[in-house]
Amino acid sequence: MCVCVCVFEDCPFRFENCKKQHGVDDNKKSSVILVAVVLCPQSCPLRRDREQVGVAAVLRTRICTSRPETTSVLRRDAAMRGSKRCRRDRPVCMTNCPTLIVMVGLPARGKTYISKKLTRYLNWIGVPTKEFNVGQYRRECLKIYKNFEFFRPDNEEGLKIRRQCALSALNDVRQYLCMEGGQVAVFDATNTTRERRDTITRFAEQNGFKVFFVESVCEDPDVIAENIVQVKLGSPDYIDCNTEEAVADFMKRIKCYENSYQPLDEGLDRELSYIKIMDVGRRYLVNRVLDHIQSRIVYYLMNIHITPRSIYLCRHGESDLNVRGRIGGDSGLTSRGKEYAKSLGHFIQEQNIKDLKVWTSQMKRTIQTAEALAVPYEQWKALNEIDAGVCEEMMYEEIQEHFPLEFALRDQDKYRYRYPKGESYEDLVQRLEPVIMELERQENVLVICHQAVMRCLLAYFLDKSAEELPYLKCPLHTVLKLTPVAYGCKVESIFLNVEAVNTHRDKPENVDISRPTEEALLTVPAHQ
Amino acid sequence: SMSSEQNELTQTPLLKIWVPWVHSTLSRRRGSSVPQFTNSPTVIVMVGLPARGKTYISKKLARYLNWIGVNTAVFNLGQYRREAVQTYKNYEFFRPDNEEAMKIRRNCASNALTDIGAYFTKEQGQVAVFDATNTTRERRGLILSFAKEKGYKVFFVESVCDDPDIIEQNIMQVKLSSPDYENCDKEEALEDFLKRIECYKMTYVPLDEEKDRHLSYIKIFNVGSRYLVNRVQDHIQSRIVYYLMNIHVTPRSIYLSRHGESDLNLLGRIGGDSGLSTRGQMYASALAAFVQSQSIRDLKVWTSHMKRTIQTAEALGVPYEQWKALNEIDAGMCEEMTYEEIQDHHPEEFALRDQDKYRYRYPKGESYEDMVHRLEPVIMELERQENVLVICHQAVMRCLLAYFLDKSADELPYLRCPLHTVLKLTPVAYGCKVESIFLNVQAVNTHREKPPNVDINRKTEDALQTVPEHV
Repeated sequence: MCVCVCVFEDCPFRFENCKKQHGVDDNKKSSVILVAVVLCPQSCPLRRDREQVGVAAVLRTRICTSRPETTSVLRRDAAMRGSKRCRRDRPVCMTNCPTLIVMVGLPARGKTYISKKLTRYLNWIGVPTKEFNVGQYRRECLKIYKNFEFFRPDNEEGLKIRRQCALSALNDVRQYLCMEGGQVAVFDATNTTRERRDTITRFAEQNGFKVFFVESVCEDPDVIAENIVQVKLGSPDYIDCNTEEAVADFMKRIKCYENSYQPLDEGLDRELSYIKIMDVGRRYLVNRVLDHIQSRIVYYLMNIHITPRSIYLCRHGESDLNVRGRIGGDSGLTSRGKEYAKSLGHFIQEQNIKDLKVWTSQMKRTIQTAEALAVPYEQWKALNEIDAGVCEEMMYEEIQEHFPLEFALRDQDKYRYRYPKGESYEDLVQRLEPVIMELERQENVLVICHQAVMRCLLAYFLDKSAEELPYLKCPLHTVLKLTPVAYGCKVESIFLNVEAVNTHRDKPENVDISRPTEEALLTVPAHQ
Repeated sequence: SMSSEQNELTQTPLLKIWVPWVHSTLSRRRGSSVPQFTNSPTVIVMVGLPARGKTYISKKLARYLNWIGVNTAVFNLGQYRREAVQTYKNYEFFRPDNEEAMKIRRNCASNALTDIGAYFTKEQGQVAVFDATNTTRERRGLILSFAKEKGYKVFFVESVCDDPDIIEQNIMQVKLSSPDYENCDKEEALEDFLKRIECYKMTYVPLDEEKDRHLSYIKIFNVGSRYLVNRVQDHIQSRIVYYLMNIHVTPRSIYLSRHGESDLNLLGRIGGDSGLSTRGQMYASALAAFVQSQSIRDLKVWTSHMKRTIQTAEALGVPYEQWKALNEIDAGMCEEMTYEEIQDHHPEEFALRDQDKYRYRYPKGESYEDMVHRLEPVIMELERQENVLVICHQAVMRCLLAYFLDKSADELPYLRCPLHTVLKLTPVAYGCKVESIFLNVQAVNTHREKPPNVDINRKTEDALQTVPEHV
């Protein structure tokens, strides 16, 4: 029985049989909306043709409600937000099942840039994430890249190798998500054909992973050219080529993919969860966000940009409590600290930064520092130093004396350790997340903050692990200038030539709770 | 000179914000506990046929923005029309060929825009939501010109929905009870409203991907299964998009409750991290029984990191999630003190708190305003979720309740959230139904009303007048 409700006027099956069976009123057609052609029966001569072209219809229908299959298709479409079903008839995923992010797009569309950045962000907020770059697998398999001909769609051997690489990468994904405690895997490849994406979707279903596609669509030749210059020319593939040769070859490579590229389609792919990023973030299409992590990913992707800019991180000038070796508190600047503030003012002037935003915490010492710049600044409570709870304003010697157990526990796991009635580095990352999000949105920013805070922010930009984070060196009176470049961040460290006390305490050798006092205090920096 | 000014910082007594001395050139800066992100005012323009959820979205968005501290007001064109026309006869008013009605409707739009201008310039408004169909390119052009002339940003929110079930639901829930249909029976009202929609359909031009590619907008398809987002300009638009992408209309209930009565509660002491009293334990068991009896589908349970909420959750015998963001307000130097002791040791602080309880920050502690900001991710996740039971604390619960019930910053710190009482919130129409369920286990009262005398020189008896009884 035909149930074709083809959008195309010339489809011989369109409406005819339906009208006969269910007596559809012609007047009601205005409230009837048509379904994409894939519902046409196999016998519809136009079905295959249309499918390949891709149907842009985004509608659904109310007729044929008495026909069970159609009804269930329609009901499936009805917004079932919060439903635990990933797709109709698919195994139910609990909200904690791992997520597979699948990148989609032609070469030089920023897929690897997005993969790496997203991975860095998710790891920083505590979601174990890893990226799997199929190009890497191909390089390991092939060893030597000759030229674009490898990517020709009629290169049978090339296709075989590429397919193997994809499967090998998926295998490693499974290993990571199922056995290594991974929560999110980012599958970084072109994934430009529907066939390839179906393979991945099936793989994910079999393993109980949720799938979220991230497609980058860009036709701006300037952006593409810039991409190629920034990251492709330095690729191992082009190590022995000059710039012209490399660019010419890469453009031919892109051509190889173009003909078989099937972008995510509003109609055909309406059951999938995805975000389509168009023109480097000018426009987004977001479909079926299923859960919290996908919602955070979408929010993040919608806030990042690639406009060149620099982020300046520094601490407040040296404070009274700093020189006395005391942690926390809310003291003012020493005279050296004030000198630093002045130098910072000059430094900023010299750098001639366009539209610089200045942010401070709400503690006296950062605000005093900013005041010397004589420019407007914004105070963020979220940038306040880590709350040391009962240890506020103590010296390390005093902490060792009054709370030796706490002191040892902190050395055992400085990232997760929470001061009694205070915070941990892990807590800090949570409260700094809105700051990071806003830093992503902004352009040139100077953040005047504190030691622990600066370590957290730096770890985000430089992709440092939770183990390294609490021991990153952030000395007083030193500005770190971070400039995004290629897939990472360039760091320039500028000491502003005003002496200050050292406040960095390295992890001592002995972290045992029964260690003697000298060993606990071995790495405490000198102070008054 | 600059160096002497560097010394001159003073901490504002109420907000505890460090600001330069008055004579400094930069003293004009607002001392605020939260970064100010909205510079130019923003007009959010709703777009869509009737019964597409525009007013629902407008009100919800305004409620959220006001809660996070962005002054927002909704300007509903239907309201203006009702004031101009007084009596609604039938759908014929909306026919596109009704010249006289068109004139009235255009006037109303004009008046609304004027009021928006006044809201921005005279009432410190930061965001105005223009809630109307705005279905023609001409009308939208009018708004864009107005905004351009005044230097306002414009962000469109279009709701596209073709699911007849949803539309009918909308009509049943909110249209039939509209003043327009006061004297009609349901059938008549429904029929008239459907004809009204047809009137708009004839001239409806949705936002176009090509023609409107320079505009900033979000298009919401079918109550959120799909979104198209174009040219987000700034922080506030980004937050709005994030919020709209997280809300849903699936029916559900949110249960708010405090921990069971704690040992420190009994002693009249604030803050701390004590365990449950005997009665508190009884409450926890009663709560477990209550939750069982409600037969709630897929209930999620959230607690803070503090002992008393966790002890309460433990009695439920179901998995629960701990949120540090749900911890009670940090009373800083006043932690674990009684009100009498605070009055004794910090009488000025005690008075300042009574003067502006929302913005007042405890020394080395927090304010209600700070709490709203740390609770924002909790609210966002509550919006995403369905049935949730939140076991938290007095100040925290006041903040959450204020969000759901659209309470102002002045009312928020005095909302009544007694111990051993569950508040069941169920979204209905444009708001929230509240059921208060006392679980029949006695507990001490911890609610302190604002006393009449808030002067810093007041007498001790005046300060302690409203302190609830304790051991």
